[in-house]
Amino acid sequence: MPTIPLNFRHGVHPPELKELTAGRQLRRLPYPDELVLPLRQHTGKPARPIVRVGDRVMRGDKVAEADGWVSVPLHASASGIISAIGLWPHPDGSLAPAIRIAVERYSLHETRARVIPDWRGLSKEQLVAAVREAGVVGLGGAAFPTHVKLVPPEGEHVDYLLVNGCECEPYLTTDDRTMVEYPERVQLGIRIMMKCLGARHCLVGIEKNKPEAIRAIQRTLPDDLDVLVMPLRVRYPQGAEKMLIKALIDREVPPGKLPVHVGAVVQNVGSVATIAEAFETGLPLLERIVTVTGDGVRRPGNLLVPVGTKLRDLLDACGGLTPGARKIVLGGPMMGAAVSDLNVPVCKGTTGVVVLDDRHSRSVEILPCIRCGHCLDACPVFLNPQLLGALARAGRHEQMEEHDLATCMLCGCCSYVCPSNIPLSQMFQVSKAALTKIKAARS
Amino acid sequence: MDDSTTIVVSALILGGVGLVFGTLIALAFRKLRVWEDPRIDGTVALLPGANCGACGYPGCRAFAEKLVAGAVQPAGCNVLSGDGIEEVAAYLGVAAGAAQKRVARLLCAGGSDVALQQAEYRGLPTCGAAAAVAGGGKACKWGCIGLADCEAACGFGAIHMSETGLPLVDPARCTACGDCVAACPKNLFVVMPIEHKLIVQCRSLLEGDVAEQLCAVACTGCGRCAADAKPGVIRIVDGLARVDYEKNDLAGREAIARCPTKAIVWVEGAQFPALSRLAPARS
Repeated sequence: MPTIPLNFRHGVHPPELKELTAGRQLRRLPYPDELVLPLRQHTGKPARPIVRVGDRVMRGDKVAEADGWVSVPLHASASGIISAIGLWPHPDGSLAPAIRIAVERYSLHETRARVIPDWRGLSKEQLVAAVREAGVVGLGGAAFPTHVKLVPPEGEHVDYLLVNGCECEPYLTTDDRTMVEYPERVQLGIRIMMKCLGARHCLVGIEKNKPEAIRAIQRTLPDDLDVLVMPLRVRYPQGAEKMLIKALIDREVPPGKLPVHVGAVVQNVGSVATIAEAFETGLPLLERIVTVTGDGVRRPGNLLVPVGTKLRDLLDACGGLTPGARKIVLGGPMMGAAVSDLNVPVCKGTTGVVVLDDRHSRSVEILPCIRCGHCLDACPVFLNPQLLGALARAGRHEQMEEHDLATCMLCGCCSYVCPSNIPLSQMFQVSKAALTKIKAARS
Repeated sequence: MDDSTTIVVSALILGGVGLVFGTLIALAFRKLRVWEDPRIDGTVALLPGANCGACGYPGCRAFAEKLVAGAVQPAGCNVLSGDGIEEVAAYLGVAAGAAQKRVARLLCAGGSDVALQQAEYRGLPTCGAAAAVAGGGKACKWGCIGLADCEAACGFGAIHMSETGLPLVDPARCTACGDCVAACPKNLFVVMPIEHKLIVQCRSLLEGDVAEQLCAVACTGCGRCAADAKPGVIRIVDGLARVDYEKNDLAGREAIARCPTKAIVWVEGAQFPALSRLAPARS
């Protein structure tokens, strides 16, 4: 155990609220009657469908092909008939192309026979290709294709594989359960990833509020590799890539650069376990762990959910909503996005479904900025949210860029601490979108 | 050297230096002078000075330069009234030209009375912010959010929100500057000639009942308008009727007669004549 305090500066400490689901064992969700697989479930180019309406697919069959390097294929998470390929509500609030599968109700949901290679015998390139074929993305929320991060750019050397088990968002216990229930998979995943990256050290960062997970991972640590579990203080946004690198190895990633420039690659613990699963069973990413929690849901829990399950089916399996339920957030309450439609499916990047009730979803009056500076003390990337907020209000988006808006990761710390209830983070999100529009118009 | 001499010498030196440089400046002014038509300044004085850019040039001065050069006609200014245009024409001794009045048109008629509201949006009260949160509360993902970003963007006071949360454009005040087009996160505004009277007030790509369930005035893509209109005027693409304005001369009221949802309309002047009542102005 390290004795130095591991830290990044600034940030906030919201109520953890994990007790609703922290001790609850994983429950497998029954297959719903219909699955909806949006083609865009990952950062990068959407997948390209390779099935037609009426085709019968078996569980694990590929239904869409990766389109380009920063893209992953998509697989049927249950056996059934392709019923439609068309627009469907997407977690981001738009309607996006999706493949719909009418699931066979009385089916064994068997997978096709497949050859499972021993990972020890594969080269780096073969390992990366296998990870890509398995459709693995970052399961921490951003859904960035994992294989891309396993290939360091030319000339860069990776010293450290950093496994992200912080789960700093309130409410969520997805990574917690992964580590408690599948520590061997995490261990195997670490081995595979270290081989891909050629990394000699691996640190697993876990916040101290997950003692069971820390114990479980510690118990299964490999003896032959330099892997350490690092208990971290509970602080949001510890799980943000750059914060975690600062806390674990005390290196700072310059704005606009990737972690690999300081010799580190960060992978979510869920992705690490999924990779191990893919090499154990030969199956691609078909289901993921989702925390369904909040005071607005009757039976909170941690569920193993087939990708593509609609929120409606997921919430029904959790006893449905309470009469006081007001707001459904995908992901954690700090960075997650509210949804307006229960037909939205669980995607690969859906970490949790938080249902807030009256008490936690109030309308607040937005008051003028009093220049107290709390937001400056909270911003983990050392921006001046107060100044940026004033510029955003004036619509001076280009000037915001000069004040490093691009560095903002929309963690929401500034909004959280603002005594005037100014939704700074949301304003920055709007400005970022406006800047993209301006740039697109220019080019 | 006594005091008086010092004063005289300094005065002479300073005066001399001043004279030399003054001469240089005078010479440079003659030699390097860029001649500019004095009528440009005169024209600028007659133009509205709004620098709105609706004429297609970056500001009133650039437009004035083109006017004096004869590249455009005074009627190209969308902000000037008829008298103002005549005044500019008389000053320059050119024809006023035929103005093609252009206005901003909203491609959505889904006010709160007809469009399904599937969630309530709470947060920063701007359309841009609401669009970032699950696309706003309306079930229709293409529809007007109604939080008046366009009203705030309009520098001519031509846009006011109706009680049903739709922006009403006053064609008399609209200068077609395009600020509302840029402000709308759903891209619902289009600047078009006022002669384009056949307008599909919907952008929903959903078809049939699905579209109508979300909004009573949605285009369902049924194709009746395309069948009734003169050939080629309307095409149905991706479940939405689209007017080919190249064939605007052929467009007529027959196209709107059988529309089951009144998504396609014939607009004379302002859109939404029934929605005259305005919401209280936003502070």
